[in-house]
Amino acid sequence: MTTLPDTARSLIDGFQRDFPLSPRPYAVIAARLGIDEETVLSILRQLEASGVLSRVGAVVEPHRAGSSTLAAMSVPPYALSQIADFVSGFAEVNHNYEREHRLNLWFVVHAPNGARVRQVLREIEYRTGVPVVDLPLEEAFRLDLGFPVQWH
Amino acid sequence: MSSLDPIDRRIVEATQAGLPFEARPYHAVAEKIGIEADELMARLRRMLEKGVIRRIGAVPNHYALGWTANGMSVWDVEDDALPALGPEVGGLPFVSHCYRRPRKPPLWPYNLFAMVHGRQADEVTAKVEQIARLLGPASRRHDVLTSTRILKKTGLRL
Repeated sequence: MTTLPDTARSLIDGFQRDFPLSPRPYAVIAARLGIDEETVLSILRQLEASGVLSRVGAVVEPHRAGSSTLAAMSVPPYALSQIADFVSGFAEVNHNYEREHRLNLWFVVHAPNGARVRQVLREIEYRTGVPVVDLPLEEAFRLDLGFPVQWH
Repeated sequence: MSSLDPIDRRIVEATQAGLPFEARPYHAVAEKIGIEADELMARLRRMLEKGVIRRIGAVPNHYALGWTANGMSVWDVEDDALPALGPEVGGLPFVSHCYRRPRKPPLWPYNLFAMVHGRQADEVTAKVEQIARLLGPASRRHDVLTSTRILKKTGLRL
């Protein structure tokens, strides 16, 4: 997947932050890259269609827009699919991963307030009978601010 | 702490899903929400300043770009050493997220999380070794949790 043309790479690498907040942002980007607005739009559409670009949009800081935590469970293998589905069923769960560890199910719970986050964790514990390890963020040394794709 | 009013919430929901690829994307979103484009942009700017929104921009799908290997490296770092070492680990170019979280002994002895990305598993291993060298004896033990399955991944619901 390293065969993207340079313009596409510049669009992905150069605009992960500071996307222009002006009425015609794609025209601003186009001017900076020395191409026209319609070319920028059509490249972005292609990148999105091919799956290389998830979207152009806002990345929210979960701890400032409500409350969130990372939680983990040690689920017996035979029950993993069922419990994972149950956990994913909560609208408040936005990431859910199976990982190789004794704690094999990892998920992020986000809600408008901390009380609801704790309620979700308690409900998962109660309904599954599996303890939930609550690992809230205490300090961020690096947030996801985008990172260079490093094409080769 | 949610300082977002209902309009902010709708803006965040609409814009984290992705801006439309048309000449005036903010106008299109504003129209959907029922506000003026100027107000939409002013509110986005305010949320960026307040840190509610980390960034607005292209969100690449690293997986589709060949970054198929990732490892959640976790470290048991001496509490006294963490304030100095945490930012150093967070500053490494291949670390996308780096957080301090509580230990929950005996099941969970680690207090530092650093998400490491690579194109192959051995690249992740090499980068984790680089972190180990940086932390030195301040790290008593560590582990790398690779994800075997993504079961759910969506934007935030506010």
